[in-house]
Amino acid sequence: MTTVVDLQRVSVRYGRQWALRDVSATFPSGAVGLLGPNGAGKSTMIKALLGLLPPDSGDMHVLGLDVRRSPLQIRGRIGYMPENDSHIPRMNAVTFVAYCGELAGLPPADAMQRAHEVLYYVGLGEARYRNIEQYSTGMKQRIKLAQALVHDPSLLFLDEPTNGMDPKGRDEMLELIRDIAHNKQINLILSSHLLPDVEYTCDHVVVLDKGGVATAGPIASLKGPGGRVFELRVKGDADQFMVAMRAAGLESHATDEDVMRVFVPDERGPRFLFSLAAQHHVQVRHLRPSVPTLEDVFAKAVGEG
Amino acid sequence: MPIHDQGYRHYSGQRAPHGSAWWVIARTHMMSALRYRWFIVVLVIAWVPFLVRGVQIYFASTNAQVAQILATTPDTFREFLSQQRLFVFLVIIMQSGLIADDRRTNALQLYLSKPLTRVEYILGKLMPPLAFVLGVTLLPALVLLILQIVFAGSLTFLSANLFLMPAIVLFSLVQGLVSAFAIVALSSLSKSRRFVAIMYAGIVFFTAAVYQVLRLITSSRSWAVISPGEMLDVIANAIFRGRGEPAVPVYIAVLAIAVIIGLAILILERRIRAVEVVA
Repeated sequence: MTTVVDLQRVSVRYGRQWALRDVSATFPSGAVGLLGPNGAGKSTMIKALLGLLPPDSGDMHVLGLDVRRSPLQIRGRIGYMPENDSHIPRMNAVTFVAYCGELAGLPPADAMQRAHEVLYYVGLGEARYRNIEQYSTGMKQRIKLAQALVHDPSLLFLDEPTNGMDPKGRDEMLELIRDIAHNKQINLILSSHLLPDVEYTCDHVVVLDKGGVATAGPIASLKGPGGRVFELRVKGDADQFMVAMRAAGLESHATDEDVMRVFVPDERGPRFLFSLAAQHHVQVRHLRPSVPTLEDVFAKAVGEG
Repeated sequence: MPIHDQGYRHYSGQRAPHGSAWWVIARTHMMSALRYRWFIVVLVIAWVPFLVRGVQIYFASTNAQVAQILATTPDTFREFLSQQRLFVFLVIIMQSGLIADDRRTNALQLYLSKPLTRVEYILGKLMPPLAFVLGVTLLPALVLLILQIVFAGSLTFLSANLFLMPAIVLFSLVQGLVSAFAIVALSSLSKSRRFVAIMYAGIVFFTAAVYQVLRLITSSRSWAVISPGEMLDVIANAIFRGRGEPAVPVYIAVLAIAVIIGLAILILERRIRAVEVVA
């Protein structure tokens, strides 16, 4: 597995505020999720990798090229789907996508042909002659993906690609992203704060928090083997019991309503939970092994609970 | 059928070398501008003075009595270019959305995520107003000069005024560049093309009005330095070897125009960024 993006001790700041601080990370080929809460530095990292935001220190390589020395060569080989609404005004979809292809170096005729193909691929074939300003939010997300794909990039940066989409559109977009990464052999980095989106589409993840890398690796190995995570519901003072579990060295966090998720190390086993509950005078009403999710990895990495 | 089943092909064709994206931007903007009826109307009307001057040159070249009153001189071309200033203003003001529209729709980050530099982007935005200005100044003035040669049937006028063709080219370029830089820089300051148009018109008319008021109060023409239009007149006078006394020395006028262009470049350098950092 090759490395498509490599950051070594990269720091970026806005004025006095550090957005990335001494970040070192590698992104392997395939689909990699860039996770983190709002303000963690995800978009800043992407913009720095695009060469749009010069870092204060550190080295960055994309597709083996130095970002400082070869920004144009890099941008010629990548596609960028920005987070917020972006389009060229007064253009219909096919003209816009073809224009983006030409800006990326495609000859006009090839750019136009690929614009049609890519618009069909993202599901906008029927609406390709409509002015983009009349598009719905979901269609605007798709057109942003189309302009990022038109020149057939080797690496895609997708910044919050499902923002503002309805559930059906979101599912279709995720299918599309998954297809791009797994069937079309285009590497992609998906920046999102939506854990299910990353879990569905990506094989690897880099979790950012407060401008640093909280954890990174293959999602499957980060989640660990099943059976050590339990869903737990108790009768009694649940908050106090959660404090007690943490004091006893058990990672735990609340989920929906009164259900907690608890990481129980192998050497202790679930019986330890019962004894701990007895000590703190709470009744265990529900205890069942849970399949670890990316949410657990994320919560553990960023210290939520 | 799920949308992802509809295929995607990898591209193995040619790619243009880096450095040509400015032309893609310029060409697209020019084609886009020419799709607007009112812009075409302005361009067509801008050539009406050319027709009038053409008729004048024809009669001056073919009729001795007319030639005594309306003889073709270098001043004919200078006056023609001065007359065209209204159309330069209209053409420029109709380009007010060049960058403002991109800022409104967050297109800057799209442009700058492509393999092009900020200089290429700015160059691509400068070209349309410059080309349209030259289309209503340089082009008709050169055609008038050719008409003069054709109607007169000799090169006498041209050989007697060898400076004329370079003068037309130089003044049209100065006028075009300062106008194009001004509108592109102003366009980068706002997300509203209307506001940009108002700013441009305000600068043109307000500075001219303030100069006139100051000139009346102080009886000094040195205040012309605050009016870009007056500075262009001083430069035109020098280029076309005019005899009148200029309001300020020509080097002051050149300096004033250079300051306007320098200021525009400074504004563009600060405003054309994919990421706006608000510290």
